[in-house]
Amino acid sequence: MGEMNKLTIAAARDAMRAGDMTSTELTEACIQAIEGADTLNAVVHPTFDRARAQAAAADSRLKAGDAPDLCGIPLGIKDLYCTRGVASQAASNILTGFKPEYESTITQGLWDQGAVMLGKLNMDEFAMGSSNETSIYGPVTSPWRRRDTDTRLTPGGSSGGSGAAVAADLCLAATGTDTGGSIRQPAAFTGIVGVKPTYGRCSRWGIIAFASSLDQAGPMTKDVRDAAILLKAMAGHDPKDSTSANLPVPDFEAALSGDIRGKKIGLPKEYRLEGMPGEIESLWAQGADMLRDAGAEIIDVSLPHTKYALPAYYVIAPAEASSNLARYDGVKYGLRAALDANEGITEMYEKTRAEGFGAEVQRRVMIGTYVLSAGFYDAYYNRARRVRALIKRDFETVFASGIDAILTPTTPSAAFGLGEMADQDPVKMYLNDVFTVTVNLAGLPGVSVPAGLDKDGLPLGLQLIGRPWEEADMLNSAYVLEQAVGFVSKPEKWW
Amino acid sequence: MSIDKDTARRVAHLARIRVASDDLEALAGELSHILGFMEQLNEVDIDGVDPMTSVTPMALPRRADVVTDGGYPDKILANAPDAREGFFAVPKVVE
Repeated sequence: MGEMNKLTIAAARDAMRAGDMTSTELTEACIQAIEGADTLNAVVHPTFDRARAQAAAADSRLKAGDAPDLCGIPLGIKDLYCTRGVASQAASNILTGFKPEYESTITQGLWDQGAVMLGKLNMDEFAMGSSNETSIYGPVTSPWRRRDTDTRLTPGGSSGGSGAAVAADLCLAATGTDTGGSIRQPAAFTGIVGVKPTYGRCSRWGIIAFASSLDQAGPMTKDVRDAAILLKAMAGHDPKDSTSANLPVPDFEAALSGDIRGKKIGLPKEYRLEGMPGEIESLWAQGADMLRDAGAEIIDVSLPHTKYALPAYYVIAPAEASSNLARYDGVKYGLRAALDANEGITEMYEKTRAEGFGAEVQRRVMIGTYVLSAGFYDAYYNRARRVRALIKRDFETVFASGIDAILTPTTPSAAFGLGEMADQDPVKMYLNDVFTVTVNLAGLPGVSVPAGLDKDGLPLGLQLIGRPWEEADMLNSAYVLEQAVGFVSKPEKWW
Repeated sequence: MSIDKDTARRVAHLARIRVASDDLEALAGELSHILGFMEQLNEVDIDGVDPMTSVTPMALPRRADVVTDGGYPDKILANAPDAREGFFAVPKVVE
């Protein structure tokens, strides 16, 4: 079989079970693809020896007929996941040299099911960014280019390495994490599928924390079926995460019936932003038409507090981050700054954190510190949490009126060039999250599906937002949209 | 809310991040700008709305108060920048 690395999980699974291909062959194809893609900078800690060993073990398992869906499937893992004995540094200088003595619950589950780890993937530092430019490893370059240009583009962020690696066929699929859009935005920018599950669906244990009430892990895949397969493998109750839901995990793949007749899909009027490019607007309308043609009912809905989601998020997420990142103090792991003879422990903390954290992380930690400080806690943090309650209530009201899922654009634009946002103020970068961040604040599931190309030939995504715990239904709607769109574009190989 | 240089210095210290004196002015400007963006939240009528405390309404799970993990100090210390005799080592804390 030629170009095995281009296969989907489902196709590879079926081929391996049929004995038409081995995991060893498939893994070698991916390793070769990664070795030829240094210029993308997507894979930052390759683990090829481990991959080969895992592939051999998977092949024995396949032969024995004991092969879960992911058995023998080569994956990329976002650097935010702790993987035993393998560098896990959240793309930060402060975790230089850190090799966990433990494995995150999600990755342990993946290895138990026979999946193969190709390596750790690039990302924004501590998942704080929308362009992968805050990474200590340097930015990821998207495999996509604007037609007839060679401008280097962002794959989005923070799971930019995951998006680029899947789009460039370096791995069959990847894990990501999503705190404000960090799975869905890079998925949209790289023309792949990305799912942010309901808060509590996937364990957060062993994933380096950014903002604990918003963080969720999820799959980034080549199509919706693969997202269903990988989500099932990642989901489940974990006693080690106190917010993990003790609910059964449905067979998401089996739920892809392709039948959405009678489903009610909402279009929130507040997502029609002033100055939004016309192609995003028309892509959104086409998506709604496609779902209508498939038998869904399209209904205008209102989510009145949408406008306040970004400012609320940029209070809550930094507040939680300032608390979570307090642990990086130069004592227990990672970097410790060199001290002068007369310097004590306070200087050690301050120098270590100044050298260890990049500019965006420092900015957010300080904003978080400020909004949590005495005298401002009520004015900023508590006010933001009250607004968050209203944003969640908006969604509850819409779902209570009978809406099954909500359709929106994933991002307000296609991918931009690396460095293009460097001179902009940070708030401009934050606007990337405008359509995705509401979903994290409300704890809902969301999926981005590639829905078309813009005038320059770059992918654009549409987002479906589901009811809590109804990823299966949401993915089925995404599947129908995917079939109707018939998105088959791939980046032309230049790297 | 505008942040002045002294407030920026105080916030940096609270966050335990060293910021050079020359950089405080720029930091104050940056933080002020971001906080300005958050001022929009003051437009929202939040009367009678409680702060959201949990994403999914749920009771905190409980378990028996017993030791379920531990007993491997070597693993705990394996990544320490400086570990000695089974402890994390740090610069002198008390004068």
